[in-house]
Amino acid sequence: MDPREFCRKSAKVSLCSILLCAVLLGFYSQLTHRVVLRQMQLEKKESSEGDCHLDTCRIPEVPRLLYPKAQLLKPTRVDVLVMTPWFAPIIWDGTFDSAILDAQFRNITIGLTVFAIKKYVVFLKLFLETAEKHFMVGHKVNYYVFTDQPAAVPQIPLQEGRQVVVLEVRNYKRWQDISMHRMEMISNFSQRRFLREVHYLVCLDVDMKFSDHVGVEILAPLFGTLHPGFYAGDRQSFTYERRPLSQAYIPRDEGDFYYAGGFFGGSVPEVYRLTVACHQAMMADQANGIEAVWHDESHLNRYLLHHKPSKVLSPEYLWDEQMLQRPPLLRKLRYVAVPKNHAEIRNR
Amino acid sequence: MHCPRLALGLGFCLLVGMALCSLCNMKLQYKGEKPFQPVTPSQYPQPKLLKQKPTEFLTLTPWLAPIVSEGTFEPELLRHIYQPLNLTVGVTVFAVGKYTQFVQRFLESAEQFFMQGFRVHYYVFTNDPTAVPRVRLGSGRLVSTIPILRHSRWEEISTRRMQSISQHIAERAHREVDYLFCLNVDMVFRNPWGPETLGDLVAAVHPGYFAVPRQQFPYERRPLSTAFVADGEGDFYYGGAVFGGRVAEVYEFTRGCHMGILADKANGIMAAWQEESHLNRRFISHKPSKVLSPEYLWDDRKPQPPSLKLIRFSTLDKDTDWLRS
Repeated sequence: MDPREFCRKSAKVSLCSILLCAVLLGFYSQLTHRVVLRQMQLEKKESSEGDCHLDTCRIPEVPRLLYPKAQLLKPTRVDVLVMTPWFAPIIWDGTFDSAILDAQFRNITIGLTVFAIKKYVVFLKLFLETAEKHFMVGHKVNYYVFTDQPAAVPQIPLQEGRQVVVLEVRNYKRWQDISMHRMEMISNFSQRRFLREVHYLVCLDVDMKFSDHVGVEILAPLFGTLHPGFYAGDRQSFTYERRPLSQAYIPRDEGDFYYAGGFFGGSVPEVYRLTVACHQAMMADQANGIEAVWHDESHLNRYLLHHKPSKVLSPEYLWDEQMLQRPPLLRKLRYVAVPKNHAEIRNR
Repeated sequence: MHCPRLALGLGFCLLVGMALCSLCNMKLQYKGEKPFQPVTPSQYPQPKLLKQKPTEFLTLTPWLAPIVSEGTFEPELLRHIYQPLNLTVGVTVFAVGKYTQFVQRFLESAEQFFMQGFRVHYYVFTNDPTAVPRVRLGSGRLVSTIPILRHSRWEEISTRRMQSISQHIAERAHREVDYLFCLNVDMVFRNPWGPETLGDLVAAVHPGYFAVPRQQFPYERRPLSTAFVADGEGDFYYGGAVFGGRVAEVYEFTRGCHMGILADKANGIMAAWQEESHLNRRFISHKPSKVLSPEYLWDDRKPQPPSLKLIRFSTLDKDTDWLRS
């Protein structure tokens, strides 16, 4: 072969190999990065502290926003504790900026569970109407209405991205059993559907209404709400279950807060763990012939003592105006009791 | 014919090489995280809801990240929560050229104050492993030296840190530690630094700017740079000498900063405070889940204000000009 032709050919071949190398190297570095990330994400389990969102499990990115700057030397609230000793924020008005939080929590679907059994169906209309005005506005919401009377669930006009899912369940004769079996039902449906449908679950009482903003500031892997009757009390005065025989037993020198049974939640896996634990504890108590003094609320308190919540909601998030005088430290009332005749509405 | 066969052979070897390397990476065993562990109750005082403790610092950012300072946490309680998790905490420090002289004091003070009771792995990045002194370490704690190149300009050394850290995580640290802190070596620990600092993504407030409005923060102000921060933006000015978090988050963070630094290099610009500018840019769009007060990053040349109860980690007085020459 002519040496010049040979050179040209070999030059062409070397060029092709170099190009091939370049392409493959480019591919390789991208591949490595993706593989590393994927591996980290796959093996990442639910975190116990931090703001891990389930869909991405990473620090969320926020777009450029304009908002006032926080002042390090100027605490926003000086009249109340805004953080627990284990770094869980206590959510009060003034401690959070909704613009930033909404940006961090965009593309999240929230599930709300509510139980309307027997006569309690009467509360649904006001509950859902006020939820439409105040609960997670601007985000995707699934209302999971557990009821024994699907036909009684009212048709409420809903904002975009929000839907009502009616889940038919059995009722119980005693109101205490209805209350306690909520744990079992939530745990069942968590496995069957919630895990696939929503990122967070918020478990609420139905005999209430929303009167002010309740938004993504509450979302965390696990959260509880301060019971309005005990936020100022000493741990000895908390109405924990005090009989050692019960699974919900808490000794007098233990306890952080008294949490309300009517407002708790978190990521689906964490709520699943909580509801399973509480249900099993209640079954154990039943086998031992004992019923905790405040039923599912007692068991919730026991669980949250041993599995510290990553956020705590102030009594702004659960209040009863009929029972309690509103103190100045409550700048807003967001979720409040609807007046009802206890004797009338229960046990029928 | 030689040439096509040669080319074919080369291509084949390359492909095999690729495949092997990918396979190696696929076997990444990442240290997973644990779900909520039950806490055995310990004796600690009940949190007082109505009497706000007189911590003069803000304790929560507007996006609800805790700001850690003395008085905001219960060390015993946190120890109870974190000890059973059997965590390993990594630390990266860069000791290049004359900076190797700081390693001894850094490690000795860390042995006294840093993450007592935890497994700790120090990664000392250096161009001269022989210059790294042997320091007596407690049980469950080790030092590894990671060789890196020495560049002629100190700015170059500084900006390459992000790349070195992310590479190191991908190659090694993700398998060895759960959390990673990236610290400056020319500093010492003066008081306990414990699990109160652990979080998904952790930043520290720069001691020079915590009392100053955002317009005066030394952000990069030239729009050409990827580290550019406009006038109305910014939360706190964070120090480049302390940041950390879960290994996966630190990987993403350092890689993101490195990409920004590379883009700037291609545009012939270097940010005002090198990687600290890029760090600050990234912390605006990827807000830290925990912020450390200036207790965790102090400059001893500054007078200690009354709001600062305790200095935990601070600079050593040094002649920076000589060091950087």
